[in-house]
Amino acid sequence: MAQTVAHKGNHAADHDHGHHDPNDLKVVGFWFFLISDVILFSVLFSTFIVLRNNTAGGPDGKELFELPGVIWETFILLTSSFTSGLATLAMNRGKKSQLIGWLVVTAILGAAFVGLEVNEFVKMVNEGAGFSRSAFLSSFFTLVGTHGLHVSVGLCWMIGLMIQLGRRGITETTKGKVTLISLYWHFLDVIWIFLLTIVYLMGVM
Amino acid sequence: MLDSIKDFASWFFVTGDPLIYGADVSIVLATIAIFAVLTYFKKWGWLWRNWLTTVDHKKIGIMYILAALLMLFRGGVDAIMMRTQIALPGIKFLEPEHYNQVFTTHGTIMILFMAMPLMFGLFNIIIPLQIGARDVAYPFLNSVSFWLFFVGAMLFNLSFVIGGSPDAGWTSYPPLSELMHNPGVGENFYIWGIQISGIGSLATGINFIVTLIKMRAPGMTLMKMPMFSWSVFATCIIIILAFPILTVTLALLFLDRFAGGHFFTLDMGGNPMMYINLFWMWGHPEVYIVVLPAFGIYSEVVATFSRKSIFGYKSMVFAMLVISIVSFFTWLHHFFTMGSGADINAFFAITTMIIAIPTGVKIFNWLFTMYRGRIRFELPMMWTIAFIPCFVVGGMTGVMLAVAPADFQFHNSYFLIAHFHQVLIGGVVFGYFAGLYYWWPKMFGFKLNHKLGVWAFWFWNIGFYVCFMPQYSLGLMGMTRRISEYTWDTGWAPLNFISTIGALMMGIGFLFQVAQILYSTFKHKKVGNDPWDGRTLEWTTASPAPEYNFAITPHVHAVDDWWATKERRAKGIADDPLPPIEPIHMPKNSIIPPIMGLAWFVAGFGFVFDWWWFYIPGMLGVAICMIARSFSYDTDYYIPVDEVKRTEEAIRGSV
Ligand code: HEM
Ligand SMILES: [Cu+2]
Repeated sequence: MAQTVAHKGNHAADHDHGHHDPNDLKVVGFWFFLISDVILFSVLFSTFIVLRNNTAGGPDGKELFELPGVIWETFILLTSSFTSGLATLAMNRGKKSQLIGWLVVTAILGAAFVGLEVNEFVKMVNEGAGFSRSAFLSSFFTLVGTHGLHVSVGLCWMIGLMIQLGRRGITETTKGKVTLISLYWHFLDVIWIFLLTIVYLMGVM
Repeated sequence: MLDSIKDFASWFFVTGDPLIYGADVSIVLATIAIFAVLTYFKKWGWLWRNWLTTVDHKKIGIMYILAALLMLFRGGVDAIMMRTQIALPGIKFLEPEHYNQVFTTHGTIMILFMAMPLMFGLFNIIIPLQIGARDVAYPFLNSVSFWLFFVGAMLFNLSFVIGGSPDAGWTSYPPLSELMHNPGVGENFYIWGIQISGIGSLATGINFIVTLIKMRAPGMTLMKMPMFSWSVFATCIIIILAFPILTVTLALLFLDRFAGGHFFTLDMGGNPMMYINLFWMWGHPEVYIVVLPAFGIYSEVVATFSRKSIFGYKSMVFAMLVISIVSFFTWLHHFFTMGSGADINAFFAITTMIIAIPTGVKIFNWLFTMYRGRIRFELPMMWTIAFIPCFVVGGMTGVMLAVAPADFQFHNSYFLIAHFHQVLIGGVVFGYFAGLYYWWPKMFGFKLNHKLGVWAFWFWNIGFYVCFMPQYSLGLMGMTRRISEYTWDTGWAPLNFISTIGALMMGIGFLFQVAQILYSTFKHKKVGNDPWDGRTLEWTTASPAPEYNFAITPHVHAVDDWWATKERRAKGIADDPLPPIEPIHMPKNSIIPPIMGLAWFVAGFGFVFDWWWFYIPGMLGVAICMIARSFSYDTDYYIPVDEVKRTEEAIRGSV
């Protein structure tokens, strides 16, 4: 805690007993948030599994899913997870411009992922396989869309963070924020692996 | 033009019922009165600075409790309206449609907008004090949670005069709650009222579990935590695991209604039974969410007023943690009759009976704590003693309901109504009352009047049995829930009439409590730090506690640490020397949470009416608030040592 120089100097009395390391607190809380997010996704997964054969005479996964696009999405998202790891490494070495650089790369990859997903959705809707066509499709769009929404929120967050890093540099506070977003980003990666397996691979099988 | 405005108004505002016009008038008058009083006494700034923007957990707790008591009033009026309608056959007081709305709002309000906030209020006021902390882990988030609860509750209550109330029951099962059968906006109010406050509840769960894990005073290991803190710990586990299920379930129902989804519809492959499963996967844990803190309160009260440490500390902790896990494996007992098959019903019947075991352990622990204790019959202890037989009977009828084949008879009858009111009132409400009486001096610096409290106690307790015992029989006589009419030849009239008398008695009990609070506010004696001769850390600091709670962070050596200190002092052993006072790190007030609450309200209102010009600005407002928070770095400050010293001296001088 003693290295909190840049944090507006209001840590003058850091030897205070009642005072807890704010980053440590935030990380613990964020883990609990991620646990609740796991539950959120599990519920969406279960509704998808219950409803996936209820196509109401409409198209099913086999007809709709195009694996090449999905493989690209997977590849891009996994790479972005890797680059976010590189960003954390740069942060730990105190290299501000490298850190921002890797975050920019991560964000671009994330945006590409979202773009591909939106493209896939639009195609499906144009083929007449929209959200309201069947219970299967409602649950598909909701599950995959919720993940996509998470990625998009992460993008906005990342942009905000880059601005803060640019203004303030690597401080104890901004470090904490980068740690959280990289946790979040890896988490979305793991969720995507489950999506890939349960929705797409099992869907075309 | 004029006609279209008229059309809109008669659709937008609920019209036609004199009861509702009465409510309209009283709402408008009350609002004007509040504005007038605040303006006349120039209290707007005070309200804004000291309350609305506060991040102090003690003040947030008081706001929660005030709102919850208001909601108890609204839910209680609903209850009495229903009991009036079914007191005898042929009473034309509520139309059937109106009756549907009233039981829906009653159930939803009592559980989500009365029990939950009352519970969060007590968490807020006591947990940091009890573990020797200066605040919760995330004071800003705490304020956000409060505002989400508050606007959620307001949105839900608005449905009464604008748009129309929901009427598909507090469970809102589809297909009845789907657009096809429920085209009005009432269900949307239900969805968004709960959704917004539910996000706040999840955040509170995370906030308090981190507080309990990370902010305990030095020396307080987990197994030295007071019982109420443990109960909150177990509750937070359930909140974190259960509330996301509710969030998703409501979101899916909303997507069905708003965007033409087919999750729970009857056509296009939807599956309404899935909603029922999901709802109770949250719903059953939810009842343990509200009852575990009550168990924690009973444990504190029993120990204090028997002057003994709690019997079987470890088994108490173990029982609560077991309950927090097993509560996730009983949900199907709410619909044994749905036809899941004998094996599945048997599984859930057994899990339900298993969960009664740790609960029984706790009952015995309380009894053993009282055994040979020197019991003082103060109000908190009276409510605790009243709770035990009430909860035992409620628990036993619960085990009867858990017998799956028998449930085909009991299901959705008044037997069930009597059962769950017995555990919800006898367990939850009695517990929170005990907690309010117990910690009231810590909140406000004075005790509530004993005499009026005793009157309230007897009216509530006698009223309770008069109201709900007949309902067990009514259930066995075939009276089902959610009906507003019956005929004389059913033979239900006498028992229903008695039941209504009981409900009125509880209403009188509530009025006594209102009188008690008002009377005691104006006429009381100030009390010191420790008015009940308590055992835990909250009784070591001033009543009410200063904003920083403890001038010097306590060091904990034992369970019931304050009691141990008092015993040491009695033996003439001096306290450890105190370290010097240091500057205290505190969070700054923030205007973001109330603004964010307002933005959520606007968004929720827009979603209810499907008005994008409301929900888009609303959601943008929410996003802007979050960004503004992320970009604000100047969020805390230090209280200098001499100011702490001055405050401490003023406190000591005033007692
Ligand atoms: C103060 C005394 C109370 C009285 C007299 C009372 C009375 C009633 C009545 C008459 C009903 C409707 C039964 C029906 O027609 O189906 C009802 C339903 C219900 N009550 Fe209460 N109640 C009281 C307190 C509470 C409390 C404290 C809670 C929860 C903490 C609660 C939760 C519920 C719920 C969840 C329902 C079911 C609503 C539904 O069917 O959707 N009640 N109550
Ligand atoms: Cu249950």
